[in-house]
Amino acid sequence: MAVGKEIKEQIASVKSTQKITSAMEKVAVSKMRRAQQRMEKSRPYADKIRAVIGHLANASSEYRHRYLQDRDVKRVGYIVVSSDRGLCGGLNNNLFKRVALQAKDWESKGVSVEFCSIGSKASLFFKSFGGKVVASQSHLGDAPELASLIGSVKVMLEAFDEGQIDRLFIIYNRFVNTMTQSPETVQLLPLKAEQDDALKGHWDYIYEPDAKEIMEGLLVRYVESQVYQGVVENNACEQAARMLAMKNATDNAGGMIKELNLLYNKARQAAITQEISEIVSGAAAV
Amino acid sequence: MAMTVHCDIVSAEEKLFAGLVERVVAAGQLGDLGIEPGHAALLTPLKPGPVRIVKQGGEEEIIYLSGGFMEVQPGSITVLADTAVRADDLDEAAAEEAKAHAEKMLENQSSELDYTLALTQLAEAAAQLRTIQQIREKLGKH
Repeated sequence: MAVGKEIKEQIASVKSTQKITSAMEKVAVSKMRRAQQRMEKSRPYADKIRAVIGHLANASSEYRHRYLQDRDVKRVGYIVVSSDRGLCGGLNNNLFKRVALQAKDWESKGVSVEFCSIGSKASLFFKSFGGKVVASQSHLGDAPELASLIGSVKVMLEAFDEGQIDRLFIIYNRFVNTMTQSPETVQLLPLKAEQDDALKGHWDYIYEPDAKEIMEGLLVRYVESQVYQGVVENNACEQAARMLAMKNATDNAGGMIKELNLLYNKARQAAITQEISEIVSGAAAV
Repeated sequence: MAMTVHCDIVSAEEKLFAGLVERVVAAGQLGDLGIEPGHAALLTPLKPGPVRIVKQGGEEEIIYLSGGFMEVQPGSITVLADTAVRADDLDEAAAEEAKAHAEKMLENQSSELDYTLALTQLAEAAAQLRTIQQIREKLGKH
């Protein structure tokens, strides 16, 4: 029957799209679980290192590291964490909107902004948005490694050391739950050391070799671990958002197939009715 | 029974060890260190190498680290392990790479980025075409 051919083809194409989206949804579910586990695993390190830095700041009060000192803000740095791939709903766009808003806010105060982009979507965003991108990193994959972030972080830390930026922020998507992810900005530098009065002044470490060097190494690692955590968390968000987006797409495709089927059946019936009436009128004429 | 102290060995990517230990032997920056329960507070960088832990009951475990830091408090030992071998020149190379990546990206040379950009432009053009067609159809009807 010639009537339904086009509709049938359309149904077949929607069906194949549906197959792809539902497969992507399932992949995202399993990847999200693994990303969540990775998120949990990286937490103890950040907690411990924060505690050690806190102890150190309290124990050796005579020496203040530059990463702990607040200074006048003339320029700020942002590390923007995005995903490498699309098809994850409005996840990246929401983040970029926030970035644009905050950049505008700083610029209205006469503060210039430098960026470090992580993930290819961020690179793409800065290409159209403009802005000074000093470092960039992409293709971290589903299991990002801290080692691959060291370079980008070092560029920003050096900028801080040389006074090119006075504050360093990281912006990434925070994993609230599988349904909700929200962009979050965290200040990395200068660091706010927790004041613990109970520990103050009563003791000091034995340093091997000396406090300054150890503090330096620890603070760099702390910032790196914070960035790593942001990247891992953003990865979990990406998978969750993709899961949701693909679920919606699959549902929509289901609805579309239903409608197209109805249309097809109607057309088929109309054709049959027409044929019968033609035969009947033909027979009546004889 | 021998005295024990709580020991945590963590890296940024995962937790490597947590539990009670009788002794920890690690390669400190200035030489090997053997830490037993009740050791004075100490903070030291670690060289790449093995960390030997004597667990409660005398069982030993060896973990290889590519460097890190060790914090000792009388009641706890914390080892913050690096996930990669760290050296100033290696870090510098990584930083250079990140800078180069940014420059390359802005210079509009990356083929993958161009592909995505082209896709978005194509989608925009298609949308415009569709709108024009719709407008034409409307005009034609009236």
